[in-house]
Order: sequence, then C-alpha cells, then structure tokens
Amino acid sequence: MSAFFSWLAQLPPLAQVPIIIVAFGIVIAAILFFVEIAPRSGTIYTVIRLAVCVLAPVVLLLVGNSYTWAIIAAGVLGLGFFYIDYRGRKGAGYLFQLVGFLAPAILLLTIGLVIPTIQTTVQAFMSARGDRFVGLENFVWVFTQPDNVRIIINTIIWVLIVPVVSTIAGLAYAVFIDKSRGEKYFKTLVFLPVAISFVGASIIWRFVYTARPAEQEQIGLLNQLVVWFGGQPVDFISESPWNTFFLIVVLIWAQTGFAMVVLSAAIKGVPVEQMEAAELDGTNAWQRFRNVTVPGIRSALIVVLTTISIVSLKVFDIVRTMTGGANDTSVVANEMYTQFKNFELGRSAAFAVILFVLVVPIVVYNARQIKKQREIR
Amino acid sequence: MTVTPEKMSVDAGRKRQQRRGEGRAENSVAKNAKRRLTSRGATIAALVIAVFWTLPTLGLFISSFRPAQEVRTTGWWTIFQNPGFTLDNYTTALGAGNSQLDLAGSFINSIAITLPATVIPLMIASMAAYAFAWIDFRGKDILFISVFALQIVPIQMALVPLLLFFSQGEFFGFPSVEPLAAGGYAQVWIAHSMFGLPLAIYLLHNFVSEIPADVIEAARVDGAGHAQIFFRIVLPLNMPAIASIAIFQFIWVWNDLLVALIFADGRVAPMTKLLAELSGARGQDWYLLTAAAFLSIIVPVIVFLSLQRYFVRGLLAGATKG
Repeated sequence: MSAFFSWLAQLPPLAQVPIIIVAFGIVIAAILFFVEIAPRSGTIYTVIRLAVCVLAPVVLLLVGNSYTWAIIAAGVLGLGFFYIDYRGRKGAGYLFQLVGFLAPAILLLTIGLVIPTIQTTVQAFMSARGDRFVGLENFVWVFTQPDNVRIIINTIIWVLIVPVVSTIAGLAYAVFIDKSRGEKYFKTLVFLPVAISFVGASIIWRFVYTARPAEQEQIGLLNQLVVWFGGQPVDFISESPWNTFFLIVVLIWAQTGFAMVVLSAAIKGVPVEQMEAAELDGTNAWQRFRNVTVPGIRSALIVVLTTISIVSLKVFDIVRTMTGGANDTSVVANEMYTQFKNFELGRSAAFAVILFVLVVPIVVYNARQIKKQREIR
Repeated sequence: MTVTPEKMSVDAGRKRQQRRGEGRAENSVAKNAKRRLTSRGATIAALVIAVFWTLPTLGLFISSFRPAQEVRTTGWWTIFQNPGFTLDNYTTALGAGNSQLDLAGSFINSIAITLPATVIPLMIASMAAYAFAWIDFRGKDILFISVFALQIVPIQMALVPLLLFFSQGEFFGFPSVEPLAAGGYAQVWIAHSMFGLPLAIYLLHNFVSEIPADVIEAARVDGAGHAQIFFRIVLPLNMPAIASIAIFQFIWVWNDLLVALIFADGRVAPMTKLLAELSGARGQDWYLLTAAAFLSIIVPVIVFLSLQRYFVRGLLAGATKG
C-alpha cells in the first residue's frame, strides 16, 4: 500500500485524482460483487465466501505490510467469521453482506476517530514525550498560567458573542427580506461568506482593518471611516483587549448567512393562519413577531444557536491567520495546535480534551433539538 | 408616442401586479399580513446589512485588479479618482509562495485533495447508510447511535494520534502496520474521509431510509441482492441528496486549514495553508494578498452560486458539522 501511494505521489497531481478514484472504485466494486453473490446457496458460493473471509483481512494486512503473526491472526479471525456467518440464523451469507457494507466505514471511523480520541485522552495525562504519567500536571499548567487563563476567557467570549449576534442579525435579516422583491438576491449576498474559507475571510477583514500612519492616506476601510470622523487610525488587531472583538466580527460575518438561511426556511414554515389570526386581533408587527414567529421557529433558533456555538468553540483558522494568537487573542483550538508545534504533546492533548469537554454538552443538546424538530415535522 | 416614461412604468408595474395577483388570489390575505411586516425601516435595515456584508469582499475584489502602487497608497473606494486596471497582481500571486511551492501549485493541490476527499467518504457513507437503513441486525441502533455520537468528537482530538499512526504505523505505541509514505496526498485524503464520515452517514441515512419499502421489496422479489439494490436503486434515487452533501463536503475540504496544516505539508499543501503563510510572511503586500485570496475563494464561490439550491438543502438537512 505504502509502495502504491509512493508511486502515486510521483505522478503529476491531477493525474493522481482519476487513478485514486478508479482504484477506490475497483475496491468498492469488488466488495459489492462479493456481497451480491454471498447469499446464494451452493458449494461454489460457499467456497468463494470462505476464500473472501480468510483472504480479505489477510490481504488488507499484507498490503499494509504488517507482521506475520498479525496476518495469521487476521486469517484465523476471518475463518471464525466465516463459521459464524455460515451458521447464522438468517442464513449463510447474511452477515457477510452486512459486513461488506459496513466494514469500510467502521474501519475508517475506528482508526480515524475512536482510537485517536482514546489516545489523546490518555496523552493529556502524560508528559510531553508521552513516556511518563504526570497526572493532572498538564491541566494544572493550563489553568494556572496567566496566558492560558486568558486563552480560556477568550474562548468563552467567542462562544458568548458570536452565536447571539449572528443569530440576531440573521433573524432580523430573514424577517426584513421575507417576501420582499429580490429576496433571493438579498439572501445570496449575506449567504455568500458561508462559501468563503475562514482563511480567505480573515484576509478580507485584515484588509478592512489595516492601518496606515496618520499622515498617510488610509487603505483600510474601517480606519478611513475613523479618520473621516476625525479620529486617529487604530491598529485594530493588535490593541488588546479589543482586538479579540475585531476577530469575532469575522466569524459573525461568516456565520450570519447560515443562521439567516435556516431561520428563513423556518419562518416560511410558520402557519399563515396564525399570522392572520394575530392580525385580526389587532396586533402590530412587533407583537406578531414576538408572539407568533419566534415561538414558531423556536427549535430552529436553538439549532442555529448551538451549531454556531460549536463553530465558535472550535475557531482556529481565523485566529491563526489574523494574529497567530499574538497580542492576547489566542483561543483553545489555536493553542492546541501551537503546543503541538512546540512538541508539547501532553499540553496539546490537554487543550484538545478541554475543547472536547466544552463541546459535548452543546452537541448533545443540539442533537436532541434536531431530533425533536424532526418529530414535529 | 407621447406617453411619459414615468407613467408607462407605473402601468407596467400595475399590470405585473395584476398578473401576479391572479395566480395567487387565494392567499393574498396572508401575503398582505406578511408584507406589512416589512416596513420602510426594515427595508433600510436589510439594505444596511446587505451592504455591510458585501463591502469587505467587494473591496478585496476591486483591489486585486488595481496596480500595486495604487493599492499601497490609496483606498479602493477612490477607484474613480485613481483609476487603473491590471492583472499583474494575479501573475505575481500565482508565483508567490515558499521554497517548495507557489500558489499556482497549491491551487492544483487543492483540487487534487478535494475531489477524492469528497468522492471517497460519500461512497463509503452511502454503503453504511444503506446497511443501517435496510439490513436488519442485532445491535443496529446502538451502532448507529455510536456513529452519530462520533460527531461530538472535535477533530482536534484525533489529529496528533492519527498523524503518528500514519507516520509510524503504531496503535497505542505498538507498531502494527507499515507507515504511510509521507509527501503524497494519501494522508490528507484518508484523514478527510475519516472526519467527514459521521455526518455524511447520518445525513444519508435520513434520506436512504425514506425510500418506500415497496420499491426495495419489489426489487428483492425480482431477485436482486443487496448490492444490486444499492447500486441500481438506492444510489440513483439518492443522487440529489448525495449531491447536496457532496457540495458540503467539497466546500468544507477546500476551505479547511487545520487538517491541511497537519496532514498536507510541504509540496502537497493546499491553497488555504499557503494563503495563511503568505498572510503572515507578506502581511502588508495587499496587492498580492487580495489577488491570492480571491483566487482561493473563487472556486467554492462558483460551486456555491451554481449549486446553491442543493447546498441549502444539505444545510437544512444537517445544520451541523461536527
């Protein structure tokens, strides 16, 4: 496998794309072929199943160039699986089909997410090189260094401001343009930043914030406005503590479109009868919005708020591109990477675990809300 | 003709209104109720938001076409006093970069990373989603919830151990397989495929399970096995759903910086990484940065604008990205 990828890496980049996709397609086609013939009865199909059960794991480890004992163990396990499948309650080949469909995903998820998560959790309690158990030392370090406390506070500021402001702006915009002429185009204008990478957005905004000495002409829009109103140009992204807020604006700018589109769809789902009834009762626009629209889109509001909260907790690209975490702007996700770059794997893992612990309750709550929303629909 | 233009436009407007009214006479009351919400103040507020949201990008776009000297000394809003148009910024930007790679190369890298990292996870996720929806087995619910729950894990938790696994082939410190060759796209393809799976499986499962059971049953009676049903019925029927999730994954991968920083180093780095680097190293060369940034955002923006309908559908279906 390694040899295949080494060979592939020598080719021109764009030639690699079709080759890898075709290679992947062949693997999938082989899986589907064997799955298709698996449930058929007859000696020949049983033999094919047996061969695949034993050979598939063996070949997988062989191309991975694993150890002989591991390859043999995989073969024995495959044999065991063949027997279980052969004796299966739903007939021979049933489990075989199931594994054919699920194995690629489960394998990738186990290697890519499950095992690493466990390893990172363990690593958080280990020394920088991962060879010595240090207990809570990494976490103590995180919560006692003044710089790190600042990082945690910054992260909390992000999570408190971005979801609320983006949601309010998105909701207001969605309501204002609802049923107006050219609604589609209005939507696209605000939605567009969703397609722009955070790196691109950071450059766009750094250009807006850029400052020139007072005697020169300003080239940053915001400083030009400041000068027009008679102020002195400010270096927005280096003046602590306000620089964090100017970074936050970037994420608000990027996330409002998402909030607007989801909320706009929800608003259109509010029954018109309720609106009419409220209107006949002589309510004004604000009262209708407050008492009919908002309760009607409550679950969508929660989904939007929680989703943006998760994004703000994990914000990395913006901080990395705009300041690199300098001048008191760093956040947990950025520090996790910085510590990794400094070969402080224990501390890096500790930051990752903190991030994980912060994200979990929001995601769980979010998942519940999405489920509830589905049931209502 | 002696009719004034002003009067004509009023007439035309009224005619259009009438035509529109005819079609939707029955819900015109509801329309009115809603329309009255949008007062003049609201329209102005909407315009302000729209302008505020568009100006930064517009400034970038205009500046990227102005001569370097102009960009350095005057604001882009003075374009009419200081006119000038050039494509030099783009030529310079494409050649800018580090010792291993220029921006043009990283543009190619972005394409080479993004396409397989979109196709592979979606195919694997489709198969898993089919199994979860249409093959019964013990422990199905628990397994599905576990996959769903993996969305909780921030990818920060997985990055470093996965990198060690790729570079050393170790599980918990025990070497078990041959390390993956560094320097190619393999690491970043596989990493993106892994990280994209939980959400893709969850979303696709929602769509796949909505296929009427009769359709699947009929195919089964005709003698089709699971693979045939999957390939001949489920995949084609699900193409719109797959497309919308594919756009999502495409934009996500193209715009990603974190995974690229860890798994795509040196000469295989995508645009986001090079752009972040340029922003640090040549932070005040705005003629260069504006053009470079525009080059990197143009592809997802085109994909987004041309397929916005699908994108919105995917967004509304999921509304989350773990």
